[in-house]
Amino acid sequence: MSTVQEVSSAPVVAAVPKKAMSLGPVASLVLLALLAITPFFVKNFIIFQMTMVLIYAIAVLALNILTGASGQFSLGQSAFYALGAYTSAILIEHAGMNYALTLPFAGIICFIAGFLFGLPALRLSGIYLALATFALAVAMPQLLKLGVFEHWTGGVQGLVVTKPDAPEIFASMGLKVSQDMWLYFFTLVVAIAIYIVSVNLLKSRSGRAMMSIRDNEIAASAMGVDVALYKTLAFGVSAGITGIAGGLGAIAVQFVAPDGYTIQLAIALFLGMVVGGVGWLPGSLAGALFIVFVPNIAEHVSKGLSGAVFGVILIFIIFLLPNGARQLAYGVQAMFSKMRR
Amino acid sequence: MELFTNQVLAGIATGAIYACMALAVVMIYQAIDHLNFAQGEMAMFSTFVAWQLMQWGTPYWIAFVVVLIFSFIGGVVIERALFKPLAKAPVLTHVAGFIALFAIVNSVAGLTWDFTIKQFPSPFGSAPFLGSQLISTHQAGMIGVTLVLLILLFLFFRFTRVGLAMRAAAVMPESARLVGINTSWMIALGWGMAAAIGSIAGMLIAPVVFLEPNMMGGVLIYGFAAAVVGGLSSPLGAVIGGFLVGIFENLVGTYIPGVGNELKLPIALALIITVLVVKPHGLFGRTIVKRV
Repeated sequence: MSTVQEVSSAPVVAAVPKKAMSLGPVASLVLLALLAITPFFVKNFIIFQMTMVLIYAIAVLALNILTGASGQFSLGQSAFYALGAYTSAILIEHAGMNYALTLPFAGIICFIAGFLFGLPALRLSGIYLALATFALAVAMPQLLKLGVFEHWTGGVQGLVVTKPDAPEIFASMGLKVSQDMWLYFFTLVVAIAIYIVSVNLLKSRSGRAMMSIRDNEIAASAMGVDVALYKTLAFGVSAGITGIAGGLGAIAVQFVAPDGYTIQLAIALFLGMVVGGVGWLPGSLAGALFIVFVPNIAEHVSKGLSGAVFGVILIFIIFLLPNGARQLAYGVQAMFSKMRR
Repeated sequence: MELFTNQVLAGIATGAIYACMALAVVMIYQAIDHLNFAQGEMAMFSTFVAWQLMQWGTPYWIAFVVVLIFSFIGGVVIERALFKPLAKAPVLTHVAGFIALFAIVNSVAGLTWDFTIKQFPSPFGSAPFLGSQLISTHQAGMIGVTLVLLILLFLFFRFTRVGLAMRAAAVMPESARLVGINTSWMIALGWGMAAAIGSIAGMLIAPVVFLEPNMMGGVLIYGFAAAVVGGLSSPLGAVIGGFLVGIFENLVGTYIPGVGNELKLPIALALIITVLVVKPHGLFGRTIVKRV
């Protein structure tokens, strides 16, 4: 049976009930405890990888707000990630600013960029929007290489960012906190703050407006929702959060270069969202785990065929869990409630 | 003035590549309503198969026909095995499926034929065409093949029962099903045709860009740009869009100072966005009216 018509007329994303967008209190606390305790038991390199997972989780969460909540596609998140990364790197290296203070700047600049990009994007939907954002992602590395900005961006060479030390206060208390450990907890705090803000945003009037646009744009506008405003706002917020993730990424990797932010990053973030479950914010963490670890696993299985292994894993996930980690979580939840009875 | 004509000619020559690819993109868009991100990789794989056949001593045209059939069957098989079960899934899942397909095809081709650049023969030779240094016989042949392909497609969609059924299935699947069209197989047929056209594009492009697993990356982006400029619902638009993008890219590179090779791509992409914003359905596409 063909479903061409259904596909074209159905909303981009299957509707997600509002309550289902976040995690229950018990599950949240367990997850938080896990995230807080693990670094004390693993090596520095793994802590670094966990930091990257958190950073990607923030970026996937941003995409989730755009796609999951307002129903707009984007394959261009890497462009905003790059913009945020460069903003932070330039402020740290050229202006000598404290790394933590650069993040709001990265967020604001990306918010403005995303809001402005959202204006032309208003006229596009579905596949056309995906293409336009795809174009943005492909163009970004080339733009960063431009000779005009070379004095600031370092051109093809990129910029090296100094890794921040843990604050003196820990040393004076007699605690030895490594740079990786400090950065991990710093990222964790930022991630939690962004998560809480996002959950509340989606619960607010604006979040409801975005979701009504996702479910039925015409009905939403008939109900008096300012479709143009909320669509561009979703773009702006999503870009802003991605920018903060990018800034954190620059600090964690200690290096920004145009070729670090290619379309592959955008595709990875997109896959992270699909794997985590579109519209389910906690799924972003699962999606980020997928982004960081599955390519490694694929490489482990077979060096030459790592791409094929990656593709096959992805297809398995699509077939077995079309709703990603959300489906898995619900399955587990249903099992628990059965056992209790 | 001579510079201008020369650049336009060169633009048409590169435009033919984009037009070929855009045609394949539009074909599949017509059939399944999605952009297939793995289209370029499928074409690359077909081209490698053709290369392998020729390495084994098969003459060009026999290899050409064999690859055409192989690609058609391959396209149908991919649709049946991978995308038919996903027919009811949301669009996002489809895009993820395309990405998976992309990764698999690219990786398998890379392992089988490794990543070194290979020469691919041209059936038209590479002498200058009609004494012009800018267009070789191969490029002229490429333009010719693209145009012939376009005419064949036009005739197919306009005058055959299957063509009519395919159009019906794409535009109004519900009604098409009610009058007895097997819409599911029409989609598979669309995949097969798109894969076959893609393989022609691949075999024509390979002598110009050389054969390697990543050869389609740039071409596919331009193919998308061309398809979008021309309108995703019009094969004619796709071909014209391909030539326009090729000419535009060349002229911008020549006349606007500071635009070197590395800025050509962003400019082609800026063109996509501009066209999309001014005419969201492309220059030749039909406007789809949404029913409430």
